[in-house]
Amino acid sequence: MLYREAGDFKTTYVEDGQTFPIKFDRIAYYILLAVAFGVVPFIINDYWANAVLVPFLIYAVAAIGLNILVGYAGQVSLGTGGFMAVGAYACYKLMTSFPEVSILIHVVLAGVITAAVGVLFGLPSLRIKGFYLAVATLAAQFFLVWLFNKVPWFYNYSASGQISAPERTVFGIEVTGANTDAWAKYLVCLIFVTACAWLARNLTRGTTGRTWMAIRDMDIAAEIIGVNPLKAKLTAFAVSSFFVGIAGALFFAVYLGSVEVGEVFGINKSFLVLFMIIIGGLGSIFGSFAGAAFMVLMPVLLKNILVGGLGWPTDIAAHFELVIVGGLIVVFLILEPHGLAQLWRVAKEKLRLWPFPH
Amino acid sequence: MPEQLLWAAEAMMNGLMAGVLYALVALGFVLIFKASGVFNYAQGVMALFAALTLVGIMDGQVPFAHLINAVFGTEIHHFGWHVPAILAIFLTGVVMVGLAIFIERFVLRHLVNQPDIILFMATIGLAYFMEGVGDLMWGSEIKTLDVGLPQGISETIDEATYNWFGYGFFIDRLDIVATIIAALLVASLTIFSQYSKQGRALRAVADDHQAALSVGISLRFIWVLVWSIAGFVALVAGMMWGAKSGVQFSLSLIALKALPVLMLGGFTSIPGAIVGGLIIGVGEKLFEFSIGPLVGGATENWFAYVLALVFLVFRPQGLFGEKIIERV
Repeated sequence: MLYREAGDFKTTYVEDGQTFPIKFDRIAYYILLAVAFGVVPFIINDYWANAVLVPFLIYAVAAIGLNILVGYAGQVSLGTGGFMAVGAYACYKLMTSFPEVSILIHVVLAGVITAAVGVLFGLPSLRIKGFYLAVATLAAQFFLVWLFNKVPWFYNYSASGQISAPERTVFGIEVTGANTDAWAKYLVCLIFVTACAWLARNLTRGTTGRTWMAIRDMDIAAEIIGVNPLKAKLTAFAVSSFFVGIAGALFFAVYLGSVEVGEVFGINKSFLVLFMIIIGGLGSIFGSFAGAAFMVLMPVLLKNILVGGLGWPTDIAAHFELVIVGGLIVVFLILEPHGLAQLWRVAKEKLRLWPFPH
Repeated sequence: MPEQLLWAAEAMMNGLMAGVLYALVALGFVLIFKASGVFNYAQGVMALFAALTLVGIMDGQVPFAHLINAVFGTEIHHFGWHVPAILAIFLTGVVMVGLAIFIERFVLRHLVNQPDIILFMATIGLAYFMEGVGDLMWGSEIKTLDVGLPQGISETIDEATYNWFGYGFFIDRLDIVATIIAALLVASLTIFSQYSKQGRALRAVADDHQAALSVGISLRFIWVLVWSIAGFVALVAGMMWGAKSGVQFSLSLIALKALPVLMLGGFTSIPGAIVGGLIIGVGEKLFEFSIGPLVGGATENWFAYVLALVFLVFRPQGLFGEKIIERV
């Protein structure tokens, strides 16, 4: 009954084109933000932060980034893990080289560096299309991981070959390093997620986003109506890599603290983020969040049920998890190939008409 | 002849042999891609699954023993018999056909007309699923596979090359056998697809799904057939790699090795898979041999991809792929 657009008159173009045209949605959005910023930090504990919320927020940033490339611009990429590694290592080098600069600036700069690398690996997309491109981005994945493993300069010649985040503070509060409080980690990630989602949403509904979508739908036709494919594809790669780089930097500096590149940023990470956007919904910012939540929550849930609830040995539970995750993905693709975002859309359509569907 | 050149030649020979194995995996990809337009990421896991099943049947393991033990508190491991290799290979072939029917019935049939990327993701899901099932069925420890294939250095070639050049080449006998088997496999596949009725139907489907349907070819049967053949190719590949380096999880990663082979050769071409495999095998070994020591080694992980990437920039459809024609 509350979910109505009737009586909600728009008198300016700005009002007409806003992100949440329905009043109920707008209010819900502000309440969600208020709870996320004002309530959750006070009640969060270590388990929830480390197992659920912080990885969810970071993966959401990565998923938004990949969604821009795959969902909006139609360029399938399997190099996400490699680009996250670029973000992480850029952040590490910046943190250790310029210790006096704020970590927040370092994270953004890490994103910028990743964007440059992304453009470099995006260049072949002007010639190569479809699956050939997907496989070509694997070159970025393997080459970058190998590079960070083999060139000691990137890990400051440390004996273990790992990188670990030094302790840094924001306004006197520690946000990286071993002694960070759960709420501080959570808040830093939340700030970045909010900023990224806002940026992505506004980019995708403006001219930039429309050229991306034109390229996705049919690149030759887009070229004929005056879209510059070089510019569109490379900006898509740059923006996407920017977000993915931020996600990588946060993943390393705030979430894990120390990283071994082959394990953390391997090919599995690329597939994980790709699953998130496919299950969440291609070409949707909400879908990126939904997919990230799904893929973060499901293993936690399965582990709690199988190991905690049924008392199975962990190795069998791990194998079972693979079976269930794989099976669920297939089932999901069969039932709803457009992802959770589509379910959400359908639900909203129904709600608008409820309780009189005709 | 200078020693450097001889070493390079040896590296090249070994590269050729490794390339044959890559080509074997790539062949499975090409078959499925041509017939059903599905880019089957699960091909590598299929090889792992086939090899696991083969070992399990040969040793008479009880399937799902770990799971049964965990749930019912029993202590069962083996049936206590040993199945001869030939019979075990045949039984594994039957299992792979069953798998093909299962995949067609529960996955492909429901995903007709979906975009390629969805089908691709489905096969990744399938890969996870099969990996989990394989581990649950047969356990995840590293197993040795011994189906009676010859192993070790080939003395004949060692001696012959020593007599010719004064330096004996080290070539694994298994690699030679693998090459012969791969050649036989390709020859029989070619004959099958050129001269048998089913083979012709297969090519018709590969050319045009709708036209094939309209002349009365059953798409479903063809899909089952082609996934069975891919399963059989996976079995052969799994046997070779399994005998070489043990049956373990890393076996499924050969799929990642086969991808650049495919790109180089073209997704739709069987000769492309073979030639691409050979080029990548040789290039990789020679690069590691000549440049590898300068940059810290382990270049094999990415060299193939970068080579394929650079190549594609100049020829986007691969060596033998069909020319990509785009219309508005």
